[in-house]
Amino acid sequence: MHISPVLWQFLVKWLNASALFPREASTIAPYADALYFFLLLITVVGLTLVGTLIFGFAIRYRKEKHPVAIQVEGSTLLEATWTIIPLALFLICFVWGALLYFRIYNPPTNSMNIYVVGKQWMWKAEHEGGQHEINALHVPVGKPVQLTMISQDVFHSFSVPDFRIKREVIPGRYSTVWFQATTPGSYHIFCTQYCGTNHSQMIGEVTAMTPDDYQKWLQASTSGMSLAQNGERLFASMGCNACHTGAAAARGPNLAGVYGSKLQLTNGSEVLVNDAYLRDAILNPSEHVTAGYAPIMPTYQGQVSEDGLIDLVEYIKGLQSNYRIQQTLVTTESDQAAPTTPAGVKP
Amino acid sequence: MSATSSTIVNLPDQKTATLPKRNYLNNEDGLLSWLFTGDHKRIAILYLISITFFFFIGGAFAGLIRLELLTPQPDLVASDTYNKFFSMHGIIMVFLFLVPSVPATLGNFLMPIMIGAKDLAFPKVNLLSWYLYWVGGLFTLAALVLGGVDTGWTFTTPLSTHYLNTHVVTAAVGIFIIGFSSIFTGLNFIVTIHRMRAPGMTWFRLPLFVWSNYAASLLMVLGTPVLAITLVLVALERTIGIGVFDPTKGGDPLLFQHLFWFYSHPAVYIMILPGMGVISEVISTFSRKRVFGYTAVAFSSVAIALFGFFVWAHHMFIMGVSNYSALVFSLLTMLVAVPSAIKIFNWAFTLQKGSITFETPMLYAFGFMGLFTIGGMTGVFLGALGMDIHLTETYFIVAHFHFVMVGGMLMAFLSGIHFWWPKMTGRMYPESLSKLAAVTTFIGFNLTFLPQFILGYLGMPRRYHAYPPEFQVLNVLSTAGATVLGVGYMLPLLYLGWSLKYGAIAGNNPWQATGLEWQIQSPPLTENFIEVPVVDHEAYDYEWLAHKTEQEVTTVG
Ligand code: HEM
Ligand SMILES: [Cu+2]
Repeated sequence: MHISPVLWQFLVKWLNASALFPREASTIAPYADALYFFLLLITVVGLTLVGTLIFGFAIRYRKEKHPVAIQVEGSTLLEATWTIIPLALFLICFVWGALLYFRIYNPPTNSMNIYVVGKQWMWKAEHEGGQHEINALHVPVGKPVQLTMISQDVFHSFSVPDFRIKREVIPGRYSTVWFQATTPGSYHIFCTQYCGTNHSQMIGEVTAMTPDDYQKWLQASTSGMSLAQNGERLFASMGCNACHTGAAAARGPNLAGVYGSKLQLTNGSEVLVNDAYLRDAILNPSEHVTAGYAPIMPTYQGQVSEDGLIDLVEYIKGLQSNYRIQQTLVTTESDQAAPTTPAGVKP
Repeated sequence: MSATSSTIVNLPDQKTATLPKRNYLNNEDGLLSWLFTGDHKRIAILYLISITFFFFIGGAFAGLIRLELLTPQPDLVASDTYNKFFSMHGIIMVFLFLVPSVPATLGNFLMPIMIGAKDLAFPKVNLLSWYLYWVGGLFTLAALVLGGVDTGWTFTTPLSTHYLNTHVVTAAVGIFIIGFSSIFTGLNFIVTIHRMRAPGMTWFRLPLFVWSNYAASLLMVLGTPVLAITLVLVALERTIGIGVFDPTKGGDPLLFQHLFWFYSHPAVYIMILPGMGVISEVISTFSRKRVFGYTAVAFSSVAIALFGFFVWAHHMFIMGVSNYSALVFSLLTMLVAVPSAIKIFNWAFTLQKGSITFETPMLYAFGFMGLFTIGGMTGVFLGALGMDIHLTETYFIVAHFHFVMVGGMLMAFLSGIHFWWPKMTGRMYPESLSKLAAVTTFIGFNLTFLPQFILGYLGMPRRYHAYPPEFQVLNVLSTAGATVLGVGYMLPLLYLGWSLKYGAIAGNNPWQATGLEWQIQSPPLTENFIEVPVVDHEAYDYEWLAHKTEQEVTTVG
């Protein structure tokens, strides 16, 4: 913000103390609020202007004062003015809003990842270490956290007003959102997309903790198995390892290192392997046959839950993948349904 | 802006005046003569009664919603019931009230007269579209009576297709049929405006009300079929599982969003444009001035209609549309806001150097300008990408669209009803009561919906049956406001009904307005004009009117 920081601080403090304003609990919040105040300002100015014109003219030219109207055709100059000025203001709002949008939806490369599955009617969070929680999310302050989210049934929407973030949680595709909490405390998670009977009960709490407390929490709530370990178990129990043995002569491709690489398919296209691709390859294998292999993999549609898919993908990711590429991947794509972004291109 | 001055009403001498012996109302008698009428004015009245009926049903649901939200607990009704309430409220208000309201009532009644025609191009199609409206309405009511729907008015898949056991298909069929009613109305208007203008009624002599209905008709004809297809797909997906929206069958759940909003965004312009037409007429009449920058106002209607088709994805900024398409849609959204801003300033400057009086329609029009400005500006909040993330799907949205649609469109509708009531019925309404109603509505409206902007920024999600206790104070305010607003809406129903029998005789042109509709008797003859009028002046030419009145006085005297 370029208005006087002192004034700004004062305003924010005052508003934070009032019940008319949500808490500013993430690094994004001050940016969102700055735009909000700008928009509020032009709204108030615009409204005052329109109000003054109407009341001013209505009083000045009311019939008793001004019995005979003077006809005016119009005025190109005036009309150009009130076309160009709103246009300019709206364009400022557009640019400012777009900058904020990219800030909110492009996570920093060093963010930690937590998976969230939305279902009627709960939020299920899964930490990489295997900690599960329902309608609750524990995060450390001061560290960017990326959520990779998917819905198991209908559209849901993950919203934390005190962080000023929200993102739709969509059946069949991963969406992501990130935040960095600034103040320890607990904040509402709402489902904001109408999702059926208990939509309004789909409420959770984010608990932002100091990094030390967070470590303690992680240790206290571990189930003993990380997501990748769960995935490994699934990989065996569903028989994936029968073909994906890793041997050169195996019937399925070796999955080690596949995450983050570019894969040549039989149909000639080249795809980038990310979470969404892996998920889709497990559910609709016939559409993603790797070049050189026969289309013999069965579909696992209906046999593995979204949680299970997350575990499997976590497991495959861990098979000697390149950490840097992985991070780049995760951060460049907010829309992972159709992976077209080439690797290594960063905004 | 209270009743400072009375007034330019020039009523005939009430002792001797009577309604014209022959008019469209008494031309033929009996219920059947109404049910089989081809007269656009009678069809307009049929529509007026029908949409009023649905408006009050939709309003009753609004009351129930607000009553439930008085406390944070889910205490009045169960969740399912609440969800049915807001779904029925939304479905009825959007499809059975907002979309048809101004075009089907005021538009039907006035448009042919304003262009100097005897009727619409296809009178039978016009009657058919009223019947379709009712068939669709009955399906919707059936869905309600049989147990309700709880999809919201947006029918989001896969919720509506796979996860609800309510009467989704019945309601979808209802809306599908109503859609045809609106397509027919649109077609009828377009053809009429092109083909049936009286000699001398050039495009740039058309009243702005005609222009705005023309623009809205284009939207109806081009947009509604997309809605119809979408609903068919929903019904097919629900009944036989074709899977276009189902990810497990290779479908795309976002496709539904695209299709639905491709209609439903233009639909908000179908709702608001005709209302803007009313405002142009009213402001011009009561300031006795030509609308400032007539051409700009006319073209801005068409611009809004055209741009309106290219902004649908701004309902999907958080849904995983790609960042770059988000940019494009945000930019286009900002551009479509400009013509609305142009109109506001043009109306304001119409007042300048006028000779202004404060009749009830004018009070509603002033209310419209204030509320629509707020509604429009808060739209800019939502068009600004990053801000939309925080605000969308909260009460900020609820407040925003009520400001545009209820504060804007409904104020315009009430303004128009009061303005043309003397023409439609031949009688005046009681003036102080009507002013009271206008002021009550304005106050009640703001009390209801201003707190919802704050609730939205605080993060209260929409379509919530229960909410965290810290939101209660603002919700109580909003419910209190809704009560006042309810009274504001009931009042016109009562006194307008009363005026049908006891209102003062209005005469042909109580407001001294320039439109062709004011140059014929009130209520008009079935054939509108005895001989085809020849138009030799621009719309809103008050000098022509003064001249004409003078002539009449000299010839009569
Ligand atoms: C006293 C007047 C009114 C009140 C108090 C009121 C209240 C509400 C409330 C609280 C909601 C939000 C429901 C929710 O999201 O949980 C709502 C939704 C809605 N209202 Fe109203 N309303 C009123 C009048 C109207 C009118 C006159 C119209 C149209 C002419 C209208 C159109 C809508 C629509 C389209 C929705 C969306 C429904 C949905 O979310 O599916 N409302 N109204
Ligand atoms: Cu939900």
